[in-house]
Amino acid sequence: MKPSDIPDQPERRDFLTKTAAVAIGAITALVPAAVGLVTVFDPLRRRSAASGPVLVTTLNALPNDGKPRRFQIIADREDAWNKFPQVPVGAVYLRRVDENRVEALNVTCPHAGCPVEFKPDTQSFLCPCHDSKFKLDGTLADPESPSPRGLDTLTVEIRNGAEVWVTFQNFEAGKARKVPLA
Amino acid sequence: MKALIDWLDHRTGCRKLVHETLFENVPGGSRWRYVWGSTLTFTLVVQFITGIFLWMAYSPSSQTAWESVYYIQNQMLGGWLLRGIHHYTAQAMNVLLVLHLMQVIIDGAYKAPREINFWFGLALLFLVMGLSLTGYLLPWDQKGYWATKVATSIAAITPVIGPEVQKLIIGGAEYGHHTLTRFFALHAGVLPGTIVVLLVGHIYLFRRHGLTAAEPKRKPDAAFWPDQVLKDAVACLAVLAAVLFLSIKFGAELTAPADPADNYAAARPEWYFLFLFQLLKYFPGESEIWGAMILPGLVVGLVFAMPFFGRWRLGHRFNLGLLWVLLFTVAMLTWLAMKADRGNPGFVAATRQAQIDAERVKELASGPSGIPSSGAVTLLRADPFSQGPKLFARNCASCHRYDGHDGLGTIPADPQSASDLKGFASRSWLAGLLDPDRIAGTNYFGGTKFRDGKMAKFVKKEVAGFSAAQKEQLAQALAALSAEAGLKAQRDTEGKDSAAITAGRNFLASEAMQCTECHQFRKPDEDASAPDLTGYGSREWLLGILGNPKHDRFYGKRNDRMPSFGEDKILDAQALGLLADWLRGDWYTPQP
Repeated sequence: MKPSDIPDQPERRDFLTKTAAVAIGAITALVPAAVGLVTVFDPLRRRSAASGPVLVTTLNALPNDGKPRRFQIIADREDAWNKFPQVPVGAVYLRRVDENRVEALNVTCPHAGCPVEFKPDTQSFLCPCHDSKFKLDGTLADPESPSPRGLDTLTVEIRNGAEVWVTFQNFEAGKARKVPLA
Repeated sequence: MKALIDWLDHRTGCRKLVHETLFENVPGGSRWRYVWGSTLTFTLVVQFITGIFLWMAYSPSSQTAWESVYYIQNQMLGGWLLRGIHHYTAQAMNVLLVLHLMQVIIDGAYKAPREINFWFGLALLFLVMGLSLTGYLLPWDQKGYWATKVATSIAAITPVIGPEVQKLIIGGAEYGHHTLTRFFALHAGVLPGTIVVLLVGHIYLFRRHGLTAAEPKRKPDAAFWPDQVLKDAVACLAVLAAVLFLSIKFGAELTAPADPADNYAAARPEWYFLFLFQLLKYFPGESEIWGAMILPGLVVGLVFAMPFFGRWRLGHRFNLGLLWVLLFTVAMLTWLAMKADRGNPGFVAATRQAQIDAERVKELASGPSGIPSSGAVTLLRADPFSQGPKLFARNCASCHRYDGHDGLGTIPADPQSASDLKGFASRSWLAGLLDPDRIAGTNYFGGTKFRDGKMAKFVKKEVAGFSAAQKEQLAQALAALSAEAGLKAQRDTEGKDSAAITAGRNFLASEAMQCTECHQFRKPDEDASAPDLTGYGSREWLLGILGNPKHDRFYGKRNDRMPSFGEDKILDAQALGLLADWLRGDWYTPQP
């Protein structure tokens, strides 16, 4: 006697068939999609390349009157498969605060990431995107500014009496606290 | 739940749609032979899914295509598996298409009123072949590049407008950025879009006319759901399992980056196009158009006409005969192509070299300098390990040998008539040169005019009679001479032996050793008549002798047959440098 001839068998068999069909169908569709999704999340494994101190300029290049000057940071950059040796990776404003002390500000506005510009007439930094204003030392100049914090200061070292070395970093935008990008 | 479905059904009519989909009548009940259409739809969906994910990481330009695929394959989490699935599912589709076509023809499903659907199916077949052809080029590796180049060159033989057609296909006069952007747009946009449209038509017409049952029917009619759905699902699972097995076991190949300057003797289309490739071999000269276009065109025309033949009394049998003849011919041509390649030492060597290059470029790309923005091909071009053997085989191996072969592993046809340069200037190589039994052998001076020259005479007469103490001095002198080369492989040993090397240097310069009677060593000697031993085997020394062996510093007028590769502009400075570095074993090796 074939199984289908047993009176109360077909319904049970039908149920098994249906479950198996749905389960197997789901597996076949999910496996390729899951593999693809894994690759989409690959960027989470990537870290932003932190570089050590970089020689940016010499003290002689910085005016004594405390006027800030913009410099590019040259370092090795990695972009997915490419490696670029010694290319611009960012920019800083350097300002001489006294004979042997220099302050460095990352040009990136902490609000939304636009680069700020120094305005000599107002002696302040202005973000061209949403008009955040910063004082010469980087603190917020105007309480109405959309930026949640002042410009990000960077560590500066004077080596061999005249070389200005900056440890360049970028920070998370939009937060009141300064958090280095991982 | 029911309320929600009711709400949705009222607005979309989804219940009827699902019902129509699932309760399609299957005359004679579910059967395994009906699964092919579903597996094809499944593979197409897999290709859409994996393709879109690959798209997120792929960059179509001649400096980034290979590089981004390399990154997917080797750096991205799960990228190798994603690529493997896409690669092998493409191959599975070609197999499934043939099976589906066979089933349709054998069961007579092409006959009236299903002619149009048959043509839809054939059109889909050619579109999928188009996907295979365009997809093969996208990694921009040697294999895909040269194979596709052959395929697009065939377009150029189109009568009258050939060259224009070719330019339109490859996006310019030469292969480049626009070849990739065009192929990519075809592969990821135009062809899949057209396939979706045709597939909707194909499935609509299939549903309209119903399934063609294979006679005799074994069971009563049944609904598509659930029995046939289960069979289809199991078949799809089997396809997926096979694809996963191949992806994990073999992986999708990525050969070295395409180099238009480095022709690739292992260029072949994918296995499912090999029959077309083989067919071209039978049409010499200008008759190529018969093998490339007219004959395949006629065959395609015959297949398209099958529904018309099917109306005649014996038409179905004719179609079946045609199907089997075609399948047999394709299989036969494929087998012939594979057999010819297996028996062709040139192809076997080229395939081996391609694997070596593919491995090597991976090593270089993951090395400290990474991939420059000029692309990974420049890594290989500047790599002595990859270029040295090729340059040696082409320029040196008609006289010299490298470990008995031409550098690439092939034994040249010309008999060896100059030294074997494997380990040139190393201690063991020099020990052989100063060995009375070996100096006149083929691996040293045997095939040259120096066979009975002063050096050979000196070694055979004087060195042969050396006392044990003199032999010890000679060994030290040779260690010192070898140290002149500064070989990478001997760096550690030489660091330890520095005292012995200093002593050896004195022996080398001493009258007792007699070297300086003919050779110059470390101080100018106008009477020197044999090659300078100062810096012997160093990069600078090798560049000198490769550039001009007739220079007084080397063989001068006594030079045998060695060409002046630099002086006569046979090789440029970069090639000479690569050759010198390779002979010295000086190339990047990854730290273990």
